[in-house]
Amino acid sequence: MAFEGLAERLQATFDKMKGRGKVSEADVKEMMREVRLALLEADVNFKVVKKFVNDVKERAVGQEVMKSLTPGQQVIKVVNEELTKLMGGEQSKIAHAQKPPTVVMMVGLQGAGKTTTTAKIANYLRKNNNRKPLMAAADIYRPAAIDQLNTLGKQLDMPVFSLGDQVNPVDIASGAVSQAKEEHQDYVLIDTAGRLHVDEQLMGELQEIKDTVQPDEILLVVDAMTGQDAVNVAESFNEQLGLTGVVLTKLDGDTRGGAALSVKAVTETPIKFAGMGEKVDQLEPFHPERMASRILGMGDVLSLIEKAQTNVDEERAKELEKKIRSADLTFDDFLEQLEQVRSMGPLDELLAMMPGANKKAMKNIQIDESQIGRVEAIVRSMTAHEKQNPSVMNASRKRRIAKGSGTTIQDVNRLLKQFEDMKKMMKQMTSMQKGKKKGKGGFQLPFM
Amino acid sequence: MGFFKKLKDKFTEQTETVTEKFKDGLTKTRDSFVGRMNELFAQYRTVDEDFFEELEEILIGADVGVSTVMELIDELKDEVKLRNIKESREIAPVISEKLAEKLDKSGEDADLNMQDDQMTVILFVGVNGVGKTTTIGKMAHSFKEEGKTVVMAAGDTFRAGAIEQLEAWGDRVGVDVIKQQAGSDPAAVMYDAIQSARAKKADVLLCDTAGRLQNKVNLMKELEKVKRVISREIPDAPHEVLLVLDATTGQNAMSQAKTFGEATEVSGIVLTKLDGTAKGGIVLAIRNELNIPVKLVGLGEGMDDLQPFDAEQFVYGLFKELVEEETGEEKEEEEIENTRE
Repeated sequence: MAFEGLAERLQATFDKMKGRGKVSEADVKEMMREVRLALLEADVNFKVVKKFVNDVKERAVGQEVMKSLTPGQQVIKVVNEELTKLMGGEQSKIAHAQKPPTVVMMVGLQGAGKTTTTAKIANYLRKNNNRKPLMAAADIYRPAAIDQLNTLGKQLDMPVFSLGDQVNPVDIASGAVSQAKEEHQDYVLIDTAGRLHVDEQLMGELQEIKDTVQPDEILLVVDAMTGQDAVNVAESFNEQLGLTGVVLTKLDGDTRGGAALSVKAVTETPIKFAGMGEKVDQLEPFHPERMASRILGMGDVLSLIEKAQTNVDEERAKELEKKIRSADLTFDDFLEQLEQVRSMGPLDELLAMMPGANKKAMKNIQIDESQIGRVEAIVRSMTAHEKQNPSVMNASRKRRIAKGSGTTIQDVNRLLKQFEDMKKMMKQMTSMQKGKKKGKGGFQLPFM
Repeated sequence: MGFFKKLKDKFTEQTETVTEKFKDGLTKTRDSFVGRMNELFAQYRTVDEDFFEELEEILIGADVGVSTVMELIDELKDEVKLRNIKESREIAPVISEKLAEKLDKSGEDADLNMQDDQMTVILFVGVNGVGKTTTIGKMAHSFKEEGKTVVMAAGDTFRAGAIEQLEAWGDRVGVDVIKQQAGSDPAAVMYDAIQSARAKKADVLLCDTAGRLQNKVNLMKELEKVKRVISREIPDAPHEVLLVLDATTGQNAMSQAKTFGEATEVSGIVLTKLDGTAKGGIVLAIRNELNIPVKLVGLGEGMDDLQPFDAEQFVYGLFKELVEEETGEEKEEEEIENTRE
């Protein structure tokens, strides 16, 4: 399973032509082949790939790449630009009707994640836009689908409109809209049953719902792991219903998500949200430019940078850097840093966003969050004095800490040793960096 | 090239109903695949680079997977040289032969490992939304039809409504469901279910688990624990660990098969939603690259729409129309073969 990013693939091609100085047309052809394979491996539909590669090739053969001193980077740049352009450039927001309620219909195949996404969007609208959404349970086919939405409604403390599974979904949808009008809820989110795009009867039912409630948004929920068929699904739903947007789910997995590109290309409607986990708050607005890098296997650098920026207090980081330089780092600082990193989200999520995270080397690294929890427990079992002065540690103190944190003395010893090593290493590193220009922030991850 | 004739003969012997169902379910896959293959042969009379590129796209378009396709194309190019093939029509049987070879690589049979002398425990694993619970419901139904006593364990304690969903299937099929509260430890549910199934002298225990993405280390560890608890209670159980895969999934299916395989020693694959998709080519890639047999396929939403998978049948389904043309041309083909020899 060679899931290398485009960057590595291209690098291999350049290594072959090294020493030849100039890039020939044949070389460009070879590079385009790599681009094509990378996209196909990422599940972008082959028709979309074909057109895309032709576009890129035109730009590449024309001056841009061949004259460049770094043709590889130039190709990646062109590819990335074209891809971002195709993904839709800018972020797109959910519709808001002039006259409330705004009606949103959720449609898609079975198992794409419509019900979960319905709850997530409801939560998002309330949290970020201060709206009052009503969710409508119109999936009367799948056993317990209504229970699922009801449970989610309870979790969120949000109203769910349901008439059981013996009532026509069209009536459920229109009932929900009238209730929202009466009770002044400004969004109605209709969760419909999953269906195959080729199922004429069920597709007809969706059209009927559409004609009855006149939705402001029809969102197609698409599993990010979908393969080549994504094109047919999106095309068919779009033709029959006229989609206004797409929600991409399960993007927290390790799929490249080429389906995003395919769906975008055939529907020409924006991808509005991305599902990033199983919890109701794990929904993010979709960032086209980041998706482009992901499909190419270049890592989601922008997301990582943004996360770090919002979560790390600049001032404190500087202070910490100073301390590291003077090597009087204490366990209090250590704990603080641990928390900062943790507040950015699960570590595996962070790591996955780093460029090269999918490379072979990273494959064997498994971040065990409980391991970090153990470290935290040990530090938290220290007294204030011990945290400030790690040197006072003796056998009796260690025994107490081990007991308090539910670990063993060996664990405590290991951490103390690692802490000392880390301090030493930091000292070396800072003295090494002294010659260089001073860095902006002191954002470092000592335990990674 | 008597390959298709052999296949065809085999099928006329088989019980018609199963084959019919299988064929119907695969209509979409077949139509799109065969249609494109025919277009290819019409468009390219001679076998050249463009022909291969087009073929490559057809196969990739069926989600066969890039590396398997590349391998296949290379093999085909060799064959073309070896047999001195020039006309595109001549290569058709070679393609299907190679495809069937790849599918049948392991030679393992796709039968479920059922225990005669004790309770059979089957554990279901997979990512979110592939249809684990539905598959379990369908399987419970077919075991019940066979006169077996079945118990289902509601091991998806995480997703809202999952326990209710399995219970609904239990009511529909008439099978007991062992459950605990939402949010409880799935391993504890399994322990309970084993005790209870034993007391009921059940023949089959079907264990549901929560869907999880394979890159979530903690959740995969939880799954390992579930399996460990089952093995502790019944040493050689689970007798089958079935990975449920959505047929519309692309290349990520490989990653799923690999990671779930490592964590839980997956013994077979259930490919769901095969009826709606023009694809299912990923079966080939999984067989070829990971060597995990596909044991069952979901071909519709009805209770009876879960069918045993037969690799040859699958290829036959894909090539049905081509087969018919070929068997008609059989004579001519044989003549060509004779002159070659």
